[in-house]
Amino acid sequence: MSVSAWTYLFVGLSFSLYLGIAWRSRVRDTRGFFVAGRGVPAMANGMATAADWMSAASFISMAGLISMMGYSGGVYLMGWTGGYVLLALLLAPYLRKFGKFTVPDFIGDRYDSDLARVVAVLCAVFISFVYVAGQMRGVGVVFSRFLEVDINVGVFIGMAIVFVYATLGGMKGITWTQVAQYWVLITAFLVPAIAISIRLTGHPLPQVGMGAELLDSASGGGVYLLDKLNQVHADLGFASYTDAFASQRWNRLNVGLTALALMVGTAGLPHVLVRFYTVKNVKAARWSAFWALFFISMLYLTAPATAAFARYYMIDSLQGQSRQELPAWFESWEQTGLIAWFDDGDNRLRYSAGDDNEVFRSGSMAAARMQALATSHQRWLDGAGGEDVRPELREAGLSGPDRDIIVLATPEMAGLSAWIIALMAAGGLAAALSTASGLLLVVSSSVAHDLYYRIINPQASEARRLAVGRATIGLAVVVAGIFGIYPPGFVAEVVAFAFGLAAASFFPALVMGIFSRRVGTVPAVSGMVVGIGFTAAYIIGNRFFGMPAWCFGISAQAIGSVGMLLNFAAALLLVPFCKPPGPTVQRLIDRIREPEGSSPGGALSPS
Amino acid sequence: MKDSIAARYWRTNLKIMAVLLLIWAVASFGLGIIGAPALNEIRLGGFPLGFWFAQQGSIIVFVLLIAVYAALMNRVDDRHHRELQEERNGGAGK
Repeated sequence: MSVSAWTYLFVGLSFSLYLGIAWRSRVRDTRGFFVAGRGVPAMANGMATAADWMSAASFISMAGLISMMGYSGGVYLMGWTGGYVLLALLLAPYLRKFGKFTVPDFIGDRYDSDLARVVAVLCAVFISFVYVAGQMRGVGVVFSRFLEVDINVGVFIGMAIVFVYATLGGMKGITWTQVAQYWVLITAFLVPAIAISIRLTGHPLPQVGMGAELLDSASGGGVYLLDKLNQVHADLGFASYTDAFASQRWNRLNVGLTALALMVGTAGLPHVLVRFYTVKNVKAARWSAFWALFFISMLYLTAPATAAFARYYMIDSLQGQSRQELPAWFESWEQTGLIAWFDDGDNRLRYSAGDDNEVFRSGSMAAARMQALATSHQRWLDGAGGEDVRPELREAGLSGPDRDIIVLATPEMAGLSAWIIALMAAGGLAAALSTASGLLLVVSSSVAHDLYYRIINPQASEARRLAVGRATIGLAVVVAGIFGIYPPGFVAEVVAFAFGLAAASFFPALVMGIFSRRVGTVPAVSGMVVGIGFTAAYIIGNRFFGMPAWCFGISAQAIGSVGMLLNFAAALLLVPFCKPPGPTVQRLIDRIREPEGSSPGGALSPS
Repeated sequence: MKDSIAARYWRTNLKIMAVLLLIWAVASFGLGIIGAPALNEIRLGGFPLGFWFAQQGSIIVFVLLIAVYAALMNRVDDRHHRELQEERNGGAGK
């Protein structure tokens, strides 16, 4: 069977599984729709959280990013996992005890202010849409790469699937599909990683193989993989793979603050926070945070190993080869523009950090332009006019292969059969769809519950609220699909924005709401406004208007940490001048902190 | 009386949290980032230790931290529950 036949089979099977689950878990009330009836077991919620959290970017791009960055790639690993410690210790049990439906719910009730609620709703909707745009695009990209259909057709198919299971089952449908999606994506990620580990080092555990000696005696057997990689990097002029702070951009301050911003941002992302409303009680919320990070760590501990293996293998199998000697995977990925070879005339491929580099990618360059450059370069090689286009590509910042190739081509690099490659397609789709559906639910609950029910029409009946919930999630899917078809050109920039915003707005407001009795409406809202204002201005100025990174050279990705500190500082400075929260809020705080008895949200929490 | 039980519970909770967050900060920012260049001089098999902490060790520590937190706090919750029960029984004149 061919790769595309296998792909159709796996994608078809996994999609029917998701739809089957959706049909079995359809819901009839808002409790089921927004918080899955609060009946999700801790371990299942952990898997669902893991799938919710690991997006198309985690699945397809992260290992590639690490493989390009070496040590500094650790900021993503530490940042996106360390946040769960904050989440588990500072937020999850208390939000569960609070026991309503959404994050703006908590902020609105705790700070006793509709203004705070609306600010929280706007942040939640903005963060979710920013994120979901990338996911829908990811669905389209996976379809187009593996099945050679148009990207937009892929987006439509993804929209249709999410539409069905999200409107039918709400949070309940989304939860159980995410559990299934976790297994699809983790299998697809681990199998190639294990295979390439065995091939290079003989160790089935990639985490061990990464620190082991290479098998192949011809290319340095008996040498540690990471040592060999460092040596190859040094020979080719790249920064050392394992040394810390090897580049100016990733100095100690930026590495530390980026990791902190990602951690705090993770703990403040609404689609992750709401998952803790779906478990039975406070105890289950704590265990479910553990299971979530446990399942996430399966991928996050493997990704750096895949990164190192693929980096080594890619350089080793391409360097110095002639066109005829190149491995088969090179040609199949060359067609996608993820990797391209512009020879200097000696018919020997050379990949380096210097001016003699011959490996490029098409990146955001239009296919027609890339084609024209290739033709011109070929004429130059043949001595028939044309010109050497490598300087132009280098100027355009397109040196080196696209980072996505690291994960996408690993199965072929490891010499795995066609069905594994097809499994990768199903895994990539599972990662994108699970994250998209979790985000869309946040949009729906923020609009239907917080805005419509809590502010616009508090007399709305249960049936009406459910109908509004279904309608908004349907609408949100369509909007997300439009973003996927016409992606705003700045998706990468706005993702940094989403984390910065979550770090600078939700996290301080939630932590102070739980751990301080003194912080009232005015300090909290001022803190949020200061945090969001500073972070937004810095990122927008830096990314779009060429503003220099004036704040100690801190990059836009890391500035959320500063925004968070400013939020805390502004709020705590105002506390002595404002009156503390009233008796209703004091009782609410008591009940959140107390694991026994009824929750402020009304539902009993059995011990 | 009930207040002191609740206050004791909250203090225990804060203490456990503080210790675990300290370990969290040391493992990630301490060993994985600030101390990474120095730790890279030490080797763990084929890994420079600072690099290992940044890409493997810190994540393992995080998973363990949450497990310890969940196990400890759920036990503290149980004790708190028993204390409340006893107080309730005592209050009923038994």
